[in-house]
Amino acid sequence: MFRLDVNRDDTQEMRMSVVHALQDLMKENDKVVALEADLGGASGWTNIQKTNPDRFINVGIAEANMVGVAAGLSATGFVPFIHTFGPFATRRVFDQVYLSGAYAYNTINIYGSDPGFTAGPNGGTHTTWEDVALMRTIPNAVVCDAADDVQMDWIIKEFAKLEGIHYVRGNRKGVKNLYAKDSTFTLGKANILREGDDVLLLSAGQLVSEALQAANELASEGIDVEVMDMFTIKPLDVDAILKHSQGKKHIVVFENHSITGGLGSAVAEVVAEKAMAIPLTRVGVHELFGQVGSQDFLQKEFGLTKEDIKQKIKELTIV
Amino acid sequence: MKTNEVKDLQVLSANIRLDILKMLSSLGYGHLGGSMSIVEVLSVLYGKYMRYDASHPTWDKRDMLVLSKGHAGPALYATLANRGFFDKEMLYTLNAGGTKLPSHPDRTKTPGVDMTTGSLGQGTSSAAGIATGFKLKGTDQKVYLIVGDGELNEGQCWEAFQYIAHNKLNNCLVFIDNNKRQLDGYVSDICNPFDIEAKMKAFGFHTVTVDGANEKAIIDAIELSFDVKDQAICIVLDTIKGQGVPFFEKLEANHSVKFNTDEIKQATSEAITSLEAFIAKEGA
Repeated sequence: MFRLDVNRDDTQEMRMSVVHALQDLMKENDKVVALEADLGGASGWTNIQKTNPDRFINVGIAEANMVGVAAGLSATGFVPFIHTFGPFATRRVFDQVYLSGAYAYNTINIYGSDPGFTAGPNGGTHTTWEDVALMRTIPNAVVCDAADDVQMDWIIKEFAKLEGIHYVRGNRKGVKNLYAKDSTFTLGKANILREGDDVLLLSAGQLVSEALQAANELASEGIDVEVMDMFTIKPLDVDAILKHSQGKKHIVVFENHSITGGLGSAVAEVVAEKAMAIPLTRVGVHELFGQVGSQDFLQKEFGLTKEDIKQKIKELTIV
Repeated sequence: MKTNEVKDLQVLSANIRLDILKMLSSLGYGHLGGSMSIVEVLSVLYGKYMRYDASHPTWDKRDMLVLSKGHAGPALYATLANRGFFDKEMLYTLNAGGTKLPSHPDRTKTPGVDMTTGSLGQGTSSAAGIATGFKLKGTDQKVYLIVGDGELNEGQCWEAFQYIAHNKLNNCLVFIDNNKRQLDGYVSDICNPFDIEAKMKAFGFHTVTVDGANEKAIIDAIELSFDVKDQAICIVLDTIKGQGVPFFEKLEANHSVKFNTDEIKQATSEAITSLEAFIAKEGA
């Protein structure tokens, strides 16, 4: 069960949430191995190197090899977790993840960091707005976008229980608190964070907090928005979409991703196939590459702020 | 070394070669050249060195083999059938719909196949990971990696070689099948690898080049490698694409052969007769 607690004071950076989750796992399971491609300083995984030196491997700047080594570790009974920046963890190594990983029925758990605008000063080369689109096409892969540190901790620990390809994207840095500590979730089940009658607003990752705040503010303007955290983008909670869109005037998907192939596309597939006859709007990035700047600048530049989603919903609901 | 050991391995090589020819000619096409050039190394590994239980292919104490040049799957299948992993009849299901023997090895389908390969270069990293896993487990299990010389075009090979050398994975024996040719022609014409052994040495490997058609030479190289304790090991196999059958060695485009001309059918038939005669004489 989850509980909201946006005001808790024990927040930690998302990367440290991953580090601590892996360190916790390593206390109980000597098969868990962490692999880095020379970003240990950036991911904080050098902490794992200190606490669990025989379960940490730095392969060097060689992401394709890292995926293959992880596949080989899986073939010998280990549970590998790998990290690199989102674009390198997906786009750069897609064939390795697809074949050495998924097709060969090996287990690889992947943390792709700093998705979308959160790449910040690393800029366009380090930006991924297509990672979800790519990973969704891999048969039986699980694709998650972590909303906060608590959810990230849960996702990492949940991945360790499963066989197959599991991908989670998430900022390395701190994000707004959303869930109470010790909240638990169910993979493939959406979380309803706020009920509402007019609009169903779906989001994933750190934009969920923006979505919730936007919904709370819109309420005072007479627009009643239901907010859904679809943290598992695959497998998608189709039942939740069907159930919670009942009676709504609009469905809006808000994502730190290209509107091609991401959560918006996944929801659109459901809306179209089920002939739901409810207008759907995807709010995300369209036909643009990333660029350099602060996170705040980029979030504004690409129209992914709380104000942007509020404005969009207002436009949609004014008849 | 036992007196008859090399002879026995030569007979195993002949059986593997015979079954490759029979399965591919029966199918009418297939990756002949690169299958034939690794027959002797497969014979030595599965006939002498590797620990496995053919009746329990997923035994977790087994040694593993990664055929990174996955298109040579038919050679691996012929070897596994000869070593009792499955019935030889299954060889004639190669590439058929629903088969357990796809053109490129699939560890989920074929008893005895330890790693799925086919997208060139990727098996090198998988083998590196397997070797790492064995080290982490603290076992003396080994992984044998077979890489093609054409495959060295793939950058991932060199990522994996750096990793294997850096980590001194002497439990991962790297064999490079230097058969001089790739799909479109000679490797020296398409993307010259220059001196492969020197390259591997520069990467930090203990290296040796041996006649890849000679079981005794391969055995000697492997024996010497067991003395190498603190370094990764690379054995370059000097081979011929289409090895073991002069007609196919000379055939210009022998990467994938179609058995559709009288000349090719005749050559295949003669090679089969010759191999059967050798096996009858020496294998008795």
